[in-house]
Parts: sequence; structure tokens; C-alpha cells
Amino acid sequence: MVRIGSGAGFAADRIDPAVRLIEQGRLDWIGFECLAERTLAQAQTVRAADPAKGYNRFLEARMRACLPPAMANGTRIISNMGAANPRAAAEAAARIGAGAGAAVAYVTGDDVMHLIGPDTLLQDIGMTVREFGRPLVSANAYLGVEQILPAIESDATVILTGRTADPSLFLGPLVHAYGWALDDWAHLGAGTLVGHLLECAGQVTGGYFADPGHKDVPGLADLGFPLCEVAADGSATVTKLPTDGGCVTAQTVKEQTLYEVHDPARYLTPDVTANFSRVRVREEGRDRVAIAGATGGPRPDTLKVTVAFDGGMEAEAGISYAGPGAADRARLAADVLRQRLKDIAALRIDLIGVSSLHGTLAAPSNLERSEDVRVRVAARTDDPDTADRVLWEVEALYTCGPAGGGGVRGQVRRTFVTHDAYVPRDAIRAETGVIRP
Amino acid sequence: MRKTLRDIAHARAGDKGDTSSIAVFAKRPEDWPVLREQVTAEAVARALAGLVRGEVTRYEVESLHALNFVMTSALEGGVNSSLNLDSHGKSWSYLVLAMPVEVPTA
Repeated sequence: MVRIGSGAGFAADRIDPAVRLIEQGRLDWIGFECLAERTLAQAQTVRAADPAKGYNRFLEARMRACLPPAMANGTRIISNMGAANPRAAAEAAARIGAGAGAAVAYVTGDDVMHLIGPDTLLQDIGMTVREFGRPLVSANAYLGVEQILPAIESDATVILTGRTADPSLFLGPLVHAYGWALDDWAHLGAGTLVGHLLECAGQVTGGYFADPGHKDVPGLADLGFPLCEVAADGSATVTKLPTDGGCVTAQTVKEQTLYEVHDPARYLTPDVTANFSRVRVREEGRDRVAIAGATGGPRPDTLKVTVAFDGGMEAEAGISYAGPGAADRARLAADVLRQRLKDIAALRIDLIGVSSLHGTLAAPSNLERSEDVRVRVAARTDDPDTADRVLWEVEALYTCGPAGGGGVRGQVRRTFVTHDAYVPRDAIRAETGVIRP
Repeated sequence: MRKTLRDIAHARAGDKGDTSSIAVFAKRPEDWPVLREQVTAEAVARALAGLVRGEVTRYEVESLHALNFVMTSALEGGVNSSLNLDSHGKSWSYLVLAMPVEVPTA
């Protein structure tokens, strides 16, 4: 039985639950999934400014907290915290682990900028890079088990990668432990479900789930992260530490099984075309859910590449109105801003408390009597002065807008736009390095 | 008997680029036929009219008593380019759960 836990589900995930899991979970492995499409583009720009950076900004904090208990308990760590710079990440981790004698492996080769040219097709929008026409920032291929296995087969305690398919971080250790062949599609499909359930950490233990009175979650403030006990046939039990908050139920496992899946019979990863369409879940005890029935077919011949472009600046600012007539005053402020900022094409104004998240709906819910309303203005532009003007005009509502406006806040941030391209699998040159203490 | 879908189902929304996916699950096995018959792709398209500008495709996963809805051009460009405060469409699931359903009285 392999015991594999999840220590993070996104770049800024909480650290305490991972430490508890390593200390008390008797884990063979723990995976930290810390990379999203946008996170990676941001990391690439950080690296461009400082060649020693560009890895996850919490890497040092996570390593300081997690490495000592991992070394003490014989738990190995695998993560995509390498982000845009796996080698620098490994050097940073090695500095922290050196005293304890931890070796750190890293995998490069996901950066495929050299394979992207003006004629590369961005498949999700059906345009070439040239036709899309914005400055290219980065291009990273999703590596799979095939590329990260040499690092897993090394004796390193810590394995750091860049862009890797999220479930592959968990499937890799299972392939290594059970000797599954890289064309053993049924087992790879089953292991991919394990990885898919673990990759978002707290989302299978009651995070992104609680809905008071409908789906109650005990101890959400102390939400624990999950671990899976995985058998050699790929079947598994999802569970968590009994002393942690949260819950593992048939409902939490079902929701995560289909999370961000499109066709459940064809979930594409670099490793396998996984089939989740006949997955079965069964509660076998408190916070213990057995999963079975995932399988798979041949892996795709191409690897998906996230191509990031400069998305210009996003300016966002808000002002609040409260008390009698708040919604009317907020609506007036919105009208005034629409006139004063009418030259900006990509402009959106929401009335938070009246209509915001669902404001684009054909028939938005109508809460006319709301008495605490925030006007939110968001704009996208390539011109820094235009971005500043959005903030300026919102602030000017203090004296040049409706009565009783308060609490202006605003920010301008650089953004990225990402699209998908595909490259042949054999164009990838992955390399593994190991830093020894 | 008229209820809202939230009374008999739970749901989770996710995103990939400009595509939103919402999985809807029957809380009890006896409500699964209600989901299959009433929570159609067309009904979801109506619940999200204006937000979702592309196609709505429905997949059934009988073993989980689940319907998975995949919607293209659903996130105003996606997390990286939407000006929506909820650029992931995380809250979209509650628009689906607010749908009225007719549940047989036992």
C-alpha cells in the first residue's frame, strides 16, 4: 500500500495542513501542486528580471516547515514549485535541506519557447501566434510521468519540476512504486484519478464545498488536506487525519472527481486518456471513501503547451455608497463613470450588492432595496496613463460624484493572456539534475 | 412539488481557459431521474443566458449520479482576460442550483 498525501492545491495554499499530514500521516510521498496558467506566466517575468528567481514564492517557507518532518518520517516531496526556474528552486531547497542531508532533484524541459513561432496555431481560439498579435511572454509544455520519472527514480528526498500535468505529480510515485508500464493504460487511468483527487488538496476534504444547512463541514477553519492509500491495482481510499477539520464523504469525492473535467470518458493528460465515466465511490467509514473503476486508453501523441502573452494592464477601483438611496447613488456614479471613461473599450462597471458576479445574466436578480452598494470599475488597456485615469476618475467621485461615496481603493496590475498550443511529444527534451548535500 | 435544484442536488464549478464546467450531483439516488429529465443542456443554457455565449454540452455519469455540463465561451475570455470579479466562474454553479425543478411527491 502506498500512502500519498497532498500538501498544496495552488500557489498560495496554506502550509500548516501539509506539516500536520507529514508529521502524522505516515506518508511515503506528499505532492504539492502549486502552478496555474497565470502563475507560471508571472513566474516567467520574475525570472526575466532576476535569473535566480522565478520559482514559487512560498518555496522556502514550505521547505523550512515541511522538510524536517519529511526527513524524519521518510516522506518524499514532489512539487511543481519550480515554476519558471526548477533549477534555482532546487538550489534554494538544497540550501534549506543541506543540514539534514536532503538531496534535491529537478526536472527541466517544459520551457518550449524555442518551439513556438509566428505560425504556431493557438488551438483554443483557432488563430496563429502572429494573428493573435500580442507580445509572447512564455510557452510551457505539460510534462508527464515519462519526463519526471528519472527524478523520482533518483534517491532525492525532494523533486521539483516546472510545468507538469497536475495528476502526474501523484501518478509518478505510483508508477515508480508499483512498476506500472507507461503503456499500462488501465493502471495509469486509475492512478490519474488518485492524482486528480489529490491535486487540489483541501477541495476533496471539504474546502470549496461547505454550504451551511445543505453541505455542512465540521472544523472548516482547521481544514485538513487529504491522503490516499493506493493499492497495486490502482484502487484507493481517500481519507484525512482524524484530528484535522473538514470531511471526506462520497459527496466531496464525487465533486472533485468531475472537477474541471470535460468529457468524463476522455480526460486527457500527457500520460493517458483517462476514463472516469464508470468511477464508483463508497463510504467505508468516517472520513474514508473508497474509489474504484477509473481506467484509461492510449495517451495523446502531442503535449499541451500553455502560451502566455502580455495581457496589458488591468485597472480596478471601487467606491461604496450606503444608507437610503444607496443603489440609486451607486447607479448614478456608474453612469457618470461610463460618460467620463467612454473612450475605454474594455470597461466593466458592477454594482456590488446589487449586481456584480452575475451582472451579465440576461435576467439578473434584482435587489433594488440593497442598502450597501459598492461600485466596481474594471478596465483593460495597454496604456499606463489610461489605467491611471480609471483610478483617478473613481477617486474624483468623492467630490465630483453622488453624495456620500466612501472607501475608494484602486490598483493597476499587469496581466497575461494564455492560450493553448500543442507540440509533438518527441520534441520535448527533459533533463534531470540532482543536487546532493 | 416545486423545489429548487439546490434542495436535491449539489454542484461544483471549474474552469479551463474560457470554458466553464459545472458538475451536478443528485444528493439521493431517488432524485437522479429528476436530474436526468429536467436538468437538460437547454435548461442550463437558459439559467446562464447572457453569461454563456457558446455551446452547452451535457455528459452523464450514471455511477456517480452526476451530470457534467461543459460550456464554451462561458467566462468572458477566461481567468486571464475577464473583467468579471469572478473570473473563474466559481459562482456559476449556484445559478444552476437556483433552477426550479418538479419533484414527485412520494
